[in-house]
Amino acid sequence: MNNDFPFDEEVDPASPIGVVVGGSVSRGLEVRLHAGAAAEELKVGTFVTVQGQQSRFFGIVTDLDLASADPRFAATAPNASPAIADILSGTSTFAIAKVTPTLALSSMEEAPKPARSLPGHFAKVRRATNDDVQAVFGSEDDRHVFIGSPLDMEDSRVCLDLAELVKRSNGVFGKSGTGKSFLTRILLAGLAQRNVATNLIFDMHSEYGWGARSETGYEVKGLKQIAGARVAVASLDEEDARRRGVSTDFIVQIGYDEIEPEDIAILAPTLNITDLGVQAAYSLVRHFKNNWVSSFLAIDDMQGLADQLHESQSTLDALRRRLAQFQRFGFLSEGGVQGKGAVATLMDYLDRGIHVVLEFGRYGDSLAAYLLVANLITRRIHDQYRRRTEEALASSGKEPLPLVITIEEAHRFLSPQLANQTIFGTIAREMRKYHVTLLVVDQRPSGIDQEVMSQVGTRIICQLDNDRDVDAVLTGAPGARELKTVLSRLEAQQQALIFGHALPMPVVVRTRNYDQSFYSEFSGGFDDMLTVEAQRKKDKEDLFG
Amino acid sequence: MTSITTATRFGEVVEASVERLVAQCHQLYESPALGTLVRAGSPDGDQSAVYGVVSGVETASLDPSRRAVARGADAASEEEIYREHPQLEQLLRTDVTVTVLGHINGTSLNQYLPPLPPRVHTFMYACASDEVRRFTERLDFLALLTSMRTPTGDDVLAAVLRQASTAHEQPNEFLMRAGRAVASLLGGDMPRLNAVLQRLPL
Repeated sequence: MNNDFPFDEEVDPASPIGVVVGGSVSRGLEVRLHAGAAAEELKVGTFVTVQGQQSRFFGIVTDLDLASADPRFAATAPNASPAIADILSGTSTFAIAKVTPTLALSSMEEAPKPARSLPGHFAKVRRATNDDVQAVFGSEDDRHVFIGSPLDMEDSRVCLDLAELVKRSNGVFGKSGTGKSFLTRILLAGLAQRNVATNLIFDMHSEYGWGARSETGYEVKGLKQIAGARVAVASLDEEDARRRGVSTDFIVQIGYDEIEPEDIAILAPTLNITDLGVQAAYSLVRHFKNNWVSSFLAIDDMQGLADQLHESQSTLDALRRRLAQFQRFGFLSEGGVQGKGAVATLMDYLDRGIHVVLEFGRYGDSLAAYLLVANLITRRIHDQYRRRTEEALASSGKEPLPLVITIEEAHRFLSPQLANQTIFGTIAREMRKYHVTLLVVDQRPSGIDQEVMSQVGTRIICQLDNDRDVDAVLTGAPGARELKTVLSRLEAQQQALIFGHALPMPVVVRTRNYDQSFYSEFSGGFDDMLTVEAQRKKDKEDLFG
Repeated sequence: MTSITTATRFGEVVEASVERLVAQCHQLYESPALGTLVRAGSPDGDQSAVYGVVSGVETASLDPSRRAVARGADAASEEEIYREHPQLEQLLRTDVTVTVLGHINGTSLNQYLPPLPPRVHTFMYACASDEVRRFTERLDFLALLTSMRTPTGDDVLAAVLRQASTAHEQPNEFLMRAGRAVASLLGGDMPRLNAVLQRLPL
């Protein structure tokens, strides 16, 4: 018995749950559970450790199975008295838990590594302790943020590695009402506070900038209220902001002259524009050069134009009807914009390390507006970042700060049809080549192109109700088959399965609370947060002794 | 059943093998009940006492070639038969079959077969309560009982547990513990296990 391990029956006698009786690397370990109430309380998704001869293995419970030594058990079961049932449970009838050992910590090493071997038969299995959680997930520091606790372990903290997180695009998935917005807020607040990246958030329903009302009716604070001067709120809808009584740092206006045919392409499914229509847009640009949208919408002689471009008139008519919807968007101005323009203003803020939330006001209800603005702005910002990165590489200068762009309804931007044509697909595929990554928030992951999904580095998944969504969100994930059972058993609220680059192993967490203590922790910088924590600990000690 | 404070001598070994003993009772009909823990050999200073359980009790004619004959055609009761034929006590015998479960080797009590059987004419004792309790603290002997391939084997097993439980302070706790051990030994055989467990006063 290795005495270096604090794994000792005397240290923690309360939580052994079973012994290994079989299994394989591909399908996971089979653990025969000890009889008793502990077996009924063990949940799918629980974090457990397995003590091998030389290594301790970490994993989660991925399945539970009731078995009996005799296949005839079911025939005789109804005759069993309670005493007999008691005798039989744990001897002839027992529960088997499937555990996928993902990490192994050998006695000679500091940090856990991916597990390539298996513990032997009879290896003892028990629930993980707080020390185990810390050994695997690390503690909070300037690059790790506490995101939630493992199942049934409210005192433990699972920390996400933010530096690893922003090396790739990431996703928060789950059907409506499962807490995606809360998780996203926590992530964004963490990124903002630790200064790991700047954020640009396309906030469709005004949830992230200023406060919102949660489903249960109480107020939740937004990033602006938590992080103050480090966040700027921009809006497309000045009137809406005024009505809500919130201040905006600048109003976003987009000129017609900024719209390009690529933007039409992304709008095609939503506005019902055919492929021919999209092609026609390209022809129009070649013909009119700048201001093609204004010129096209104002044309009198459609037939003449159709002949000139060798396009059919009906196509052009249809296209004009669709594009006429733009006239309802108050943030679009036909004559172009005065002054710097929205993109330049945004870049100013981002360069200073200030995070920007772009609210859509009433235009958040229009999918076309959301797609148009997000695509257009992202395209130009990405272009800026690409240029800067290339310049920095050429002159060995300073590379730009990483940027994380948050988009909702991601399946509209990243569907299989559009993934190759839009900037978002490009950003997802090129990873962090130009220091821009995505944070996609979506309730229909089955609508996202599979290749893009496999590029999503870290996935935070709340409850999903559709089998296809479950399959889609696990695309390319190691151990997907085992995780599927775990995913299908998530509770409706405040629970998420997280796996990917930012974590050493998959884990199910109960999301941390987004409340007053969260606000006070994240309102300052990281050092301030440590002070707040220390103060809170001291207060607790003073109170409870 | 009332607990016995001291071991009671009831008969003598008339056949002996390492796994099975046959003892004849000194008094007709006065044998220990099925399942009783018994010992061949004196408890005082004897180096090689052998432990077993009563797995069969048989009363029959002393002479195997002469069967008992019905005599009560005109008798009013069974006692009258015995009164009118006092020689019956000499013509009949009660034999006890004992399944060997363990032995004492020097100072240690082992729950497996002895190296040698006891000698014929060794006295047989029914064990006292605390001797029973000490013996049944460990349940290794159950393996010998569950592997008896006789038609009555499981009944004997149940009888042994019933008898032994009365010697313990908490009979029910003993029965549960023994029940689990039997369940492990019988493993897959659910009907057999059920049959045994249903014979226990749980």
